[in-house]
Amino acid sequence: MSIEVCNLVRLAPGTQQRLLDDVSLKVPDGAFVALVGPSGAGKTTLLRAIAGLDGCNSGSVLLDDRPMTSVKDRAGRMGFVFQNYALFPHMTVARNIAFGLDVLPRGERPARSAIAKRVEELLELMQLQGMGGKHPAKLSGGQRQRVALARALATGPRVLLLDEPFGALDPIVRRSIRTWLRELHDTLGLTTILVTHDQEEALEIADRIVVMQSGRIMQDATPQDLDEQPATEFVMEFLGEAVSFAGEVRHGRMIADDALVLPFAVPEGVTDGPITAMIRPYEMTIKKPASEQDVLSLYAAPRGTRNGYRHYTLQLGERIIPFYRPVEAADAQVQGVALDIGRARLFRQGLLCG
Amino acid sequence: MTRYLVWGASWLFILLVLVTPPAMVLTEALKDGLAASLATLSDPDAQSAIWLTLRVSVVAVVLNTIFGILAAWVLVKFRFPGRQFLQILVELPLSISPVVSGLVWLLLFGAQGWFGPLLERWNIHIAFAVPGIILATLFVTLPYVVRTVMPVMEVQGRDAEEAAVLAGAGFWQVLWHVTLPGVRGALLSGVLLTTARALGEFGAVSVVSGHIPGETETMPLHIENLYNGYQSVAAFTMAALLAFMAMSAVLLRSAPDWIARLQEKKA
Repeated sequence: MSIEVCNLVRLAPGTQQRLLDDVSLKVPDGAFVALVGPSGAGKTTLLRAIAGLDGCNSGSVLLDDRPMTSVKDRAGRMGFVFQNYALFPHMTVARNIAFGLDVLPRGERPARSAIAKRVEELLELMQLQGMGGKHPAKLSGGQRQRVALARALATGPRVLLLDEPFGALDPIVRRSIRTWLRELHDTLGLTTILVTHDQEEALEIADRIVVMQSGRIMQDATPQDLDEQPATEFVMEFLGEAVSFAGEVRHGRMIADDALVLPFAVPEGVTDGPITAMIRPYEMTIKKPASEQDVLSLYAAPRGTRNGYRHYTLQLGERIIPFYRPVEAADAQVQGVALDIGRARLFRQGLLCG
Repeated sequence: MTRYLVWGASWLFILLVLVTPPAMVLTEALKDGLAASLATLSDPDAQSAIWLTLRVSVVAVVLNTIFGILAAWVLVKFRFPGRQFLQILVELPLSISPVVSGLVWLLLFGAQGWFGPLLERWNIHIAFAVPGIILATLFVTLPYVVRTVMPVMEVQGRDAEEAAVLAGAGFWQVLWHVTLPGVRGALLSGVLLTTARALGEFGAVSVVSGHIPGETETMPLHIENLYNGYQSVAAFTMAALLAFMAMSAVLLRSAPDWIARLQEKKA
């Protein structure tokens, strides 16, 4: 089921502050989209607007090209999982899961045995066999999360909306439930929108990532495009550690203010003038001395290892910047004469250029 | 040492202020023996007073429970202009003297009141009749359900309700299946406090009732009447009965805890 958001505007109640500022978004059938951004960027607000939980001042939400005007239009067709699970504490797990079926009008409600069968199916799908009779308070965080997911899926919706669903889980459970969720999405052929403030989680699980800031969509792209061509400095910074260098483009070459940074050729179309170069710590290299006379002016001190990279800190003039090398290529001490940032992206007034 | 002193002092205080009066009431009631005491209850006026009190309490409790739940729900879950004011208004009966509230009803519905003559024409009697007693009791007992349920609803938050709405539940289904079960302990507490208060209300009822024995006399009014008529055994018997009814209502509040504890022991 495809979702389309058109020019959505939502003001904070009683003020003119824009929580959502003319947001448009197309999510094709079967896509897994992650909404990311810092706190207060409007991710959850957008998700709640899609679900119809909050109204909007203007704009519309379309489900399979049909406009949705109220929560009622969406009932049973969209599953929503809340950050804190929002299970019904006084009901057993089975009753929680069956809720969406139990509240159907008499004519549409499946028979009692059919509901029980559906609950069993979902318990199995969620790897919660035998837990149907327990109350939510007796479950672990990961189990509660899966009960919430089962409840959201009970009526067979084609759309799944998840609001920071892994926020309260410990890192190990988090990682396993993440992969499992992606598999579930593929098996059931769902269209999923996930809100998270953890960009790594988004990069790992989603086909497409929508970066939000101050109620606006900054970029909507695949993880790869996002990494290669971040639209703004903010996106570049948000997606992972980045180091920026101020400088100037002269005759097709970027010359950083920092003398220890090697100048490099900029792509065609980048005009002369001031510019900011941003680069990931693992994309930089240190130029080794060519001869004995060269002065070794760069020293990188090791600071531990992570994800196959050795981390260093590099003293560059006044500031200290991070610098990573693959473990295989790493030495205890890294020294050299200059820093090569030829793989940097270039930004002017915060926007990508070239 | 200090701990035991404080402990002893609090017990002494509670015994003196809370336990002595009911004990005294019971002793006075049984002064001439149990048979004499029970005999006073078969007096027609006494029976009428007991029934009137029960009827008024049931109506007040039912109405205040229904509207109390809805009021608490609206006050907690929505932000609207005038909300603060409404919240203060709900607590008004706690701060206003019941006699004053009784007088207000008289002013509105009494023979010389604003609506009195109009109602008189249609032969509707509110002042010095049962409807007036019910109105006065409703006013005095209004805050209890609202005030006990509100804080628990506040903690409950909106998430579970929103989840229910998204699953397709309508307004009443959400209220019945999600909101109310979440606050049932507080609700029971509020209902029983309302009951206890409704049974015992004197001031407001005294003003609007007109003290017609056998017709508009509730138990507290009847007790006063008997006592002023030097029928102390009858007065104290009725008082003991009233105290017993109110105390069982309050004791029932802890019933859910006992049940939960029993279930836990079994499990």
